[in-house]
Amino acid sequence: MHMMEQTTSHPDPLMGAQRRVILCAGTGCVANGAMKVYAAFQERMQAYNLPFTLELREENDNSGKTAVTRSGCQGFCQMGPLVTILPENILYNQVKPADVEEIIAVSLIGNGVVERLLYIEPGTEHACKGTDDIPFYTRQQRFVLGDCGIIDPDNLDEYLRNDGYRAAKKAFVQMSQEEICTEISESGLRGRGGGGFPTGRKWEAARRQVDDKKYVICNADEGDPGAFMNRSVMEGNPHSVIEGLMIAARAIGADETLVYVRAEYPLAVQRMRRAVKDAGERGILGKNVFGSGFNISCEIMEGAGAFVCGEETAMIASIEGQRGMPRPKPPFPAESGLWGKPTIINNVETLAHAVRIIREGAFRFRELGTPASPGTKTFALTGHVANTGLIEVPFGTTLREIVYNIGGGITADDGSIDPAGFKAVQIGGPSGGCLTKEHLDLPMDFDSLRTVGAMVGSGGLVAMNQGTCMVAVARFFMEFTQRESCGKCVLCREGTRQMLAMMDDIIEGKADETTLPLLRELALAVQKGSLCGLGKTAPNPVLSTLRHFADEYEAHVKDKVCPAGQCKALLKPWIDAEKCKGCGKCVKKCPVEAISGELKQPHAIDQEKCIKCGACLLSCKFGAVEGLQGGYA
Amino acid sequence: MNALEMETILQQTPARRFEKVCAILEQHDNQPQRLIPILQAVQEEYRYLPEDVLTFVATGLDVPPARVFGVATFYSHFALKPKGKYCIRLCDGTACHVKRSIPILEAIYKRLGLSSKRNTTEDMLFTVETVACLGACGLAPVVVINEEIHGQVTPEAAVKLIDEIEEREKVSCT
Repeated sequence: MHMMEQTTSHPDPLMGAQRRVILCAGTGCVANGAMKVYAAFQERMQAYNLPFTLELREENDNSGKTAVTRSGCQGFCQMGPLVTILPENILYNQVKPADVEEIIAVSLIGNGVVERLLYIEPGTEHACKGTDDIPFYTRQQRFVLGDCGIIDPDNLDEYLRNDGYRAAKKAFVQMSQEEICTEISESGLRGRGGGGFPTGRKWEAARRQVDDKKYVICNADEGDPGAFMNRSVMEGNPHSVIEGLMIAARAIGADETLVYVRAEYPLAVQRMRRAVKDAGERGILGKNVFGSGFNISCEIMEGAGAFVCGEETAMIASIEGQRGMPRPKPPFPAESGLWGKPTIINNVETLAHAVRIIREGAFRFRELGTPASPGTKTFALTGHVANTGLIEVPFGTTLREIVYNIGGGITADDGSIDPAGFKAVQIGGPSGGCLTKEHLDLPMDFDSLRTVGAMVGSGGLVAMNQGTCMVAVARFFMEFTQRESCGKCVLCREGTRQMLAMMDDIIEGKADETTLPLLRELALAVQKGSLCGLGKTAPNPVLSTLRHFADEYEAHVKDKVCPAGQCKALLKPWIDAEKCKGCGKCVKKCPVEAISGELKQPHAIDQEKCIKCGACLLSCKFGAVEGLQGGYA
Repeated sequence: MNALEMETILQQTPARRFEKVCAILEQHDNQPQRLIPILQAVQEEYRYLPEDVLTFVATGLDVPPARVFGVATFYSHFALKPKGKYCIRLCDGTACHVKRSIPILEAIYKRLGLSSKRNTTEDMLFTVETVACLGACGLAPVVVINEEIHGQVTPEAAVKLIDEIEEREKVSCT
C-alpha cells in the first residue's frame, strides 16, 4: 500500500512538467479526428527535438519537459477535437493535424495564443481564451466531471495523484459499515439514474440483510436516447466508478461487484476493463484490500441491446443469462437480487458522487443543490442549442440558465442563433416529458419536475426549436418504447402498439374527434397496468405533449395541418404564381401528374392527386413551390 | 468477412465449424448463466448466430434450445441472419432525430436499394441498421460504419461514404 500514501499531497496538475498539452479523447473528439491530432503532436515534437514526455510519472524528472497526454470527455463535444495547454489554460477547439505545427510554434515554443483556434462565443463574437473564459464552462459546477477532462483515464497513477482511492481506503480502514451508510444518508444523495430514490436508504436496507453473499452492481446501461453522461464518466474517469463500487460493497458487506455496460459504448467498455485490470495488479482490487481483510472483485459485463435492462430486476435477469424481463417488487433487490442474494444497483453517477461524499463528508456535498435534491447533476445538453455537450450543474438551476447561458441559446435549422426560437426541452428521455417557455424559470430538481409532469430521468436534455413538431417528437418516443417493450405486461405490449398506431393516424391526417380522448384514456391505462418503469412511464411523452401542446394536436386532428410544417402527409404544397415562370419542368417531374398549367403561365398543384414527394420542389429553379420546405429541410 | 469467406465457413465440416464454439464454451466453463457473453463471443466469431450453432450451444450448456433462442431473439444485438461486411448503423436517438436523421436513412436506403424489411445488400457488402443512441449526441446526427464514427452527417455525406467504400472494395477485388 506504499503508493497510496503518496496521494495525500495536493494534486499538481502539471506533475512537474513545464507545460502540459491535454488532448480530449472522448468518443466525440475521437470521431472528429483527435487521434490524428495526437499523432501529429507526437511526430512534430519529435521532429523539433523538443523535450517532451508522453506519460507523466512521478519518478521521472519531468521538469523542463512538455507532456502530451490524453484525457476523457471534456464535455464540449461539438467543438472537438479539443486541445488544452496548461498552465496557461488555453483551450483550442476544432484542431486539425495541420494546426499542430502552429500550436507548437506559438504556444509551446513561444508564449502566444493562436487566435483563430479559440472558441468564438456565438452572439458576442468574443474570442474565449480558455475554460475560465467560456460561459459553457464557467457557469457549471463540475465534480463528477471535474477530473474527466484533466486526467488520463488509462493511467492509474494520475488518478491516485488526484486523491484517487483515498475515499475507498477510508471506507475500508477507518469507517464501519453503519458509518458509511449514515454518511451517505446524511448527504441526502438520491439515485442519479432516474427515480431519485435515496441511496442511503437502499444501502442501509441491503446492509441489514444477514447473508454470506451480497452483490453490488453498477448500472451503466444508459439506454435513454439522447443521454451520454455515464459513457463520459466511464471513458474519462473509470477508476472513480470502481472506487464508488468498492465503497458501496464495503457499506453493505459485499465482495463481488459488477458493471453492466451498454455494448454501444465500446470505448467505455475498453477503458473500464483496463481500469479493473490495473487496479487488480496494484492490489487495490482483489484479496485483503488496504490490509482490511476484505476481498473485492469487479467484473465488466456488456449488455446486449435491450433498453428494459436498465430496470433493476430486468438487469439482474440479464446478468443471470435470461431474457431481460422485470419481475414484481417486492422483494426488492436489496433483499433478494442477483442469485437470490441481497444486491444493490446504483447508477454510475451515483457511485461517483458517493466517492466524494466519503472523501469530503456529507456536509460538503449538501453545500450545492436544494435541501431535497442536494448536490450536482450531469445533463447531456443536445438538440437545437449552440453549445451541445455534457454539463454538470447544481440541482435547482433553472432551465433558462442551462439553455441560454450554458447552451448559448437556441439555434435555427441552419445553425444560426434564433433568439425567439425556443419551443420546448424534452427532459428524461422516453420516460420524461416536455418543459416549455413557462418552465424556463423553474428551479430543476427531482420534485419540482415531477409536479409539472416531467422527470430528471438519467439527464438527457434535448432542446427543440420552433421548427420541431411536438406531435412527431411524442410519436418518436412512442415508437422507441413500443419497440423496447419486453412483452411481459399486456397493457405495455399491446397498449403502446395501439398508442403508436393512434399517433401515426394523427400525423398522417387520419385521426378523427375520437382519437385524442381514446389516446389519453389508453395512456392512463398503460401507466396503471404495467409492472416496471418502462411501461409505467412509456405514455409520459404523449401525456406531457398533450398537456402543453394541445393546440398542436388539435391542428393535426381537426384542421389536418402540422403547424411546424414537419409532418409530410399534412403538407399542402402550392405554387407561388408571382414566382412561377411556367417553364413546365415540374409538370414533367411530377410522378402522379398532379401539376397542370399552360406554358409560360403560372402552374397549379392538384391537392387530391399530390403525394408530397417533393420532386417539384427539387426541380423548380425559381423557388416557386411553397409549403413543402418543413418536411424536406 | 466477404461473401466468399462466409461461404467457406458454411462449407466447413461440422466438426471444424464447432471447434471455435467449443473453445468459447470452455472459456465460460459451460455455465448456462454465462449465456449472453457466450453468444456475444459466438457472434464475434461468425458475425451472426447460425441456427445450428445455437442448438450446439444449447446442448453444450445443457439447457433447452428454446431458452437459447429466447435469449438470442430478445436482445437487439444478436443477429440471426448474416450481416454485410460493412455494418452501417445510423443513430436515431433523440438528439439525432431532431437534427433530421431520417432523411439520411432514406438517402442510404435509396443509394443501396434497401428498405427496413431488407437491410443487407445482395453482395453481402452492406447492412443498414438504426440504433437508439450511440451516446455521441454532441455530434448529431451520427453514422457509424463498423467501428468508425462519423459526426454531423448529411444525406449527401452519407452517400459519399458509401461511394468511397465501394470504390475501395472494387480496387481490392481487382
